[in-house]
Amino acid sequence: MSTIASNPIRINATRAAWEEKPSPIAQLGKGTILTSVVMAVLFPMWSIVVTSLASRRTINEAGGMVVIPSELDLSAYVTIFSGGQVTRAIWISTLVTATGTLVSVVLTVLAAYGLSRPGSLAHRPLLFYFLFTFLISPGLVPSYLIVTGLGLKNSIWSLILPSAISVFNLVVVRAFFMNIPSELIDSARIDGASEWRILTRILLPLSKAAVAVVGLFYAVGYWNAYFSAVLYIDDNDMWPIQRVLQSYILAGQSPHVAGVPVNLPGITAYPPTLAIKMAVVVVTVIPALLVYPFVQRHFTKGLIVGAVKW
Amino acid sequence: MNRHDVNKSPGARLGMRLRRDWPLLLMTAPAALLLLVFHYVPTLGNVIAFQDYNPFEGDNPLEAFVFSEWIGLGNFETLFYDRAFWEAVQNTLSITLFQLVFFFPLPVGLAILLHSVGSSRLRAFVQGVIYLPHFFSWVLVITFFVQMFGGAGLLAQQLRHHGVEPWNIMANPETFILLVTSEAVWKDVGWGTIVFLAALSSIDPTLYEAAAADGAGRWRRLWHITLPALRPVVVLLLILRLGDALNVGFEQYILQREAVGRQAAEVLDTFVFYQAIIPQQWGLGAAAGLFKGVVGLVLIVSANKIAHFIGEQGVYQKT
Repeated sequence: MSTIASNPIRINATRAAWEEKPSPIAQLGKGTILTSVVMAVLFPMWSIVVTSLASRRTINEAGGMVVIPSELDLSAYVTIFSGGQVTRAIWISTLVTATGTLVSVVLTVLAAYGLSRPGSLAHRPLLFYFLFTFLISPGLVPSYLIVTGLGLKNSIWSLILPSAISVFNLVVVRAFFMNIPSELIDSARIDGASEWRILTRILLPLSKAAVAVVGLFYAVGYWNAYFSAVLYIDDNDMWPIQRVLQSYILAGQSPHVAGVPVNLPGITAYPPTLAIKMAVVVVTVIPALLVYPFVQRHFTKGLIVGAVKW
Repeated sequence: MNRHDVNKSPGARLGMRLRRDWPLLLMTAPAALLLLVFHYVPTLGNVIAFQDYNPFEGDNPLEAFVFSEWIGLGNFETLFYDRAFWEAVQNTLSITLFQLVFFFPLPVGLAILLHSVGSSRLRAFVQGVIYLPHFFSWVLVITFFVQMFGGAGLLAQQLRHHGVEPWNIMANPETFILLVTSEAVWKDVGWGTIVFLAALSSIDPTLYEAAAADGAGRWRRLWHITLPALRPVVVLLLILRLGDALNVGFEQYILQREAVGRQAAEVLDTFVFYQAIIPQQWGLGAAAGLFKGVVGLVLIVSANKIAHFIGEQGVYQKT
């Protein structure tokens, strides 16, 4: 095409030779769209971080949310980490997330391996038993009655056990296991390795990416758990961070979540300042930001998509 | 299985397979047990929809179930005569339909746009940023929106600076459907591109080259190569979405119901929560849940049938 003729030197071209040169207007349009999409995500985060670090004077001058940082003031973080409800909630959420992720990942990997060998005893009915959960959902009321009936109310296990197994994650790991060449497993078995040894010594080291992504999904689910806390945790002292965040920020606009008037026990005999509120938001966001870069590169490996096609 | 098995009786064969496979069964057992307790037992527990369920009969839910009175379709009658229930159904369906039209196509478009970006560095950066909100909880997402668009948020602040009286965005029932859709888009539009990007990268580039050589321009290539390649994924996701028509999400609505009011924000799930769990109307709530479950099952099965009928792969196949 004419592009080739007009551009004889195309050494580092990212565009294929047959592809037209994009018009400046198209380039501009693309650039505008992508910039605004990226800004839509980053700008609110920026403003919240800056406000949480702003002094009272800066906030007053801005009349609320701050966009341009001036004085650095860490007092909001000092306040929320010096004991009281937020500190406690962070501990509880960390405990729930750590315990829950461990339980979930271990049980998911075990079951994924148990279901990864077609032809084993009861393989098809068991697989059906797991996959059938995609088609029916049990409904809120019976689930609530079971969890409370088991005496899990106001226990952190009520935030863990009902959501401990995600069949979707299980299918992801199983698909990964089944893609590993069976010769590896067969030769290990000939050498006398037990199933447990095959799983821990051969499959797991090869499946780090899958386990990392699935672990991230579980961890995010536990850290973000809000509604299960509304249902099962009445005791303010046991609230996870999302529940506390809701009562700090959204309570102003919705004072009666769960039909129970929200009061703010612990540190806040006075209403929390904007900086404190935003500090709680930042603390709630940070864990996701910390783990995300490590796992993000695995997303593109077709892992998730491969599983969609089970 | 080796060939000696063939001569043995079925019982002996089963014993052999058990001896061989028991570690696999043992490994599957804990997960299967959790699903039994927290998925299948509650699913069966939906039969209390036909009861005047009273948890104070007996010491535990099981005894209460045994002792509670069977009232046939009484709960369903109450439910179907309840105007609030139909309003909740209507809200749910409007939100689903609205998002199907205004949210569903966005990830497709964004994925095509991203795919056309030449620099892989830039693409990776944009992807890294736009996947992120998917990992935020709904409490966080709504907090972000409140801080930006709420009565004391950044936008209202700026408007007041310039002498404009800000209008109410976060608590306006009339525009609530726009608000929840924007929130959903902000949270998940980036994440939604993953599937489409994968489909796009699996297109054979020689197709484009051949088309270009034959004189097909940018738009014709998009229309005749890119979009057909995306069609199976689009159909698959459409089926999943239709099967989930009565599920618009939970937390997003419960968090905003007080601010905008029941009229606009009551969806089926919040209806069950406010009309059944808080006033402890267990039978009624189970009836609403069962209604939702059955309709959902019918929707997903029929959507899949339609997909097979028009020659698409669908979610699952007949085996």
